[in-house]
Amino acid sequence: MPDLIAVAMSGGVDSSVVAALLKKQGLNIAGLTMQLWNQRRLPELQTEKTTGRCCSLDDVYDARRVAEHIGVPYYVVNLERQFEESVVEPFVSEYLAGRTPIPCTLCNTFIKFDQFLTLADSVGAGAIATGHYARVSYNDESGRQEMRTAIDFSKDQTYFLWGLTQTQLARTMFPLGEMNKTEVRALAAEFDLPVANKAESYEICFVPNGDYAAFMDAYLKQKGIAADAVAGAIMHEDGREMGRHTGAHHFTVGQRKGLGIANPEPLYVIATDPKSQTVTVGSGDALLRSTLTATDLNWVSWPGLSAPARVNVRIRNRHLPAAATIYPLQDGRVEARFEEPQRAITPGQGAVFYSGDLVVGGGWIE
Amino acid sequence: MRHSYFDYNATAPVAPEVLRTLAESLGEVYGNASSIHYFGQRARQRVEAARRSLAELLACDSREIVFLSGGTESDNLALFGTARLRPGCGIVTSAIEHPAVLSACARLEREGHPVTYIAPDSNGIVSPDSVAGAIAANPTGIASIMHANNETGVVQPIEAIAAVCRQAGVLLHVDGVQAAGKLDFPAGCDLYSISGHKFGAPKGVGALYVRKGIALDPILYGGRHERERRAGTENVPGIIALGCAAKLSYDSAGIAALRDRLEAGVLSRVPACSVNGAAAPRLPNTTNIRFDGIEGEAMTIALDLRGYAVSSGSACSSGAVEPSHVLLAMGLTPEDARSSVRFSLGPGNTADEVDGLIEAVIECAAHLRRISATFRPQELATHA
Repeated sequence: MPDLIAVAMSGGVDSSVVAALLKKQGLNIAGLTMQLWNQRRLPELQTEKTTGRCCSLDDVYDARRVAEHIGVPYYVVNLERQFEESVVEPFVSEYLAGRTPIPCTLCNTFIKFDQFLTLADSVGAGAIATGHYARVSYNDESGRQEMRTAIDFSKDQTYFLWGLTQTQLARTMFPLGEMNKTEVRALAAEFDLPVANKAESYEICFVPNGDYAAFMDAYLKQKGIAADAVAGAIMHEDGREMGRHTGAHHFTVGQRKGLGIANPEPLYVIATDPKSQTVTVGSGDALLRSTLTATDLNWVSWPGLSAPARVNVRIRNRHLPAAATIYPLQDGRVEARFEEPQRAITPGQGAVFYSGDLVVGGGWIE
Repeated sequence: MRHSYFDYNATAPVAPEVLRTLAESLGEVYGNASSIHYFGQRARQRVEAARRSLAELLACDSREIVFLSGGTESDNLALFGTARLRPGCGIVTSAIEHPAVLSACARLEREGHPVTYIAPDSNGIVSPDSVAGAIAANPTGIASIMHANNETGVVQPIEAIAAVCRQAGVLLHVDGVQAAGKLDFPAGCDLYSISGHKFGAPKGVGALYVRKGIALDPILYGGRHERERRAGTENVPGIIALGCAAKLSYDSAGIAALRDRLEAGVLSRVPACSVNGAAAPRLPNTTNIRFDGIEGEAMTIALDLRGYAVSSGSACSSGAVEPSHVLLAMGLTPEDARSSVRFSLGPGNTADEVDGLIEAVIECAAHLRRISATFRPQELATHA
């Protein structure tokens, strides 16, 4: 079955429309859902709100209904072990190291476009399709797979896709990259999909209600790692102690809410130091930086960087790419110098380089 | 595409003659078997005829049979029904039981019954000596050991285990869900669970054999059905169908020949594979084959896309597959357990289908191994 396409179905509207669309085009497809995380694993995090989340039984039920509705074979595959190893554990250790990791990029790089492609291969599918909003096309001249931002920039997901290799991109279809969300919703209704009116989720799938701190505490407790060893001080950048906290991993750079300290001026977290367990806070201006260094680079549309180049750099999801010049460093890292200082450049997040709508490449912020 | 079924241990199709009887009884035998009128009496007669037919299969008295909804209920009634009359008694079971037994035992553990889980040997056999040892180590009231394992087909030495239990004064429950209709009823057990849909009856009906004289506390409360052992209006059509299925003859030799043909074809033509539990006595219809370096789950999907229904591990609530607790208990590593696939045959299979399956397995195995050779080791947390 060389023409078989494996569609990654999450039970959400986007991937359901992808499946229905490809099926309508007469392509030979099979739907697959990756079971990545057991939502009942940390029972103390269970609330009524968490039962409808990603990898929940409801989502599998929805994906199965959609597959049945459009008449394609459908399977659930268990990748929980790989997900914990490649996404959850690095996420936790990064957080404990004082950085703010992006599990979605790890998941895309190590699970969705690695394990899932292998799985597709295993079952005899030559290509995969997902509901991500991004565009990929092959450039004959450069001989490279090029990635571009989605037509609907408000839905663009290239910030999470910069880690894909050329081989992965050559076998991946993003049918929604040329559409806006309104069109996708309209298609869902037109195909009469059972999930047409389903709400979207933007959260990290294994962290209920976006509460990282509660997730970290519950996960560490299950792993038998004592939590009281991580208490420390909240220091003002001018040296005053402003209060105490129960773990630096509860804070991220740029965070303003939930600091538990009263101050006439708004205070932001400007640094966390996992060694001394010190959280430093200060005024918003203290967060402004003009440069960043990125490591572990992956070049997507460009083959690499041999000379300084002007690009736009995105330092977090939904950040408007900011003009900068990127300089190759000797050890393969890259330094970006922004034209305007940027707020809250956060270690552990990705820095993604764009030239117009072209995704040049990206790396991890040191 | 033609679809061939090699998953009889999961469930079997309703046999044609059972289907005819079922359709007839659904239409005509609609009385409540507890009613005193003509319609009720007709239903009662058919239920009792079915009970006698099942009693013949189990070589027991028809009064020793309780009809209920299936294997899970049967295992639950046997365990809770006897354990609750023996507060705090020890329970001995094996690590390869079906979840219907293991989950019931886990619950009984929380109700104050110490439970010992016996590990099988590397062939998947629970030895009578290990049962005797477990009984000697802890005061024991009840033992529950399956007749034949659903994943490997390995048949347990139930009669020898029954002798051990009898000598120690321990009640023996046997989960016979996979064995009933295929193997002779083992002498000496006190309770025996069967499920209709594994041997030609529809889903939703089963039975529990309860040896005369053994008291059973019900787990459902209601009317005084089934000699007050199982409340609820009898599933009359299901029970009639079960009685009909109990009379079916099982072509053990024919099915074993097909299973052996499959096994020989695969083992001789796919390198690096072996049969789990090969050295043990096994059901005639089951083979569980381990393919080194291959994900059984991927093999199962790839075979399904070619029209062959087989199984690997057991499905969790989402439908994803988890490594088999049975194979892990036999000492396989998680990797080896994940690389195993179960083929279970039945009366509907033909030699042609088996030959087609062999070719499909050969192709899938070769393809999966090509991929696994290029499998890149994950460079985890390079940035961490």
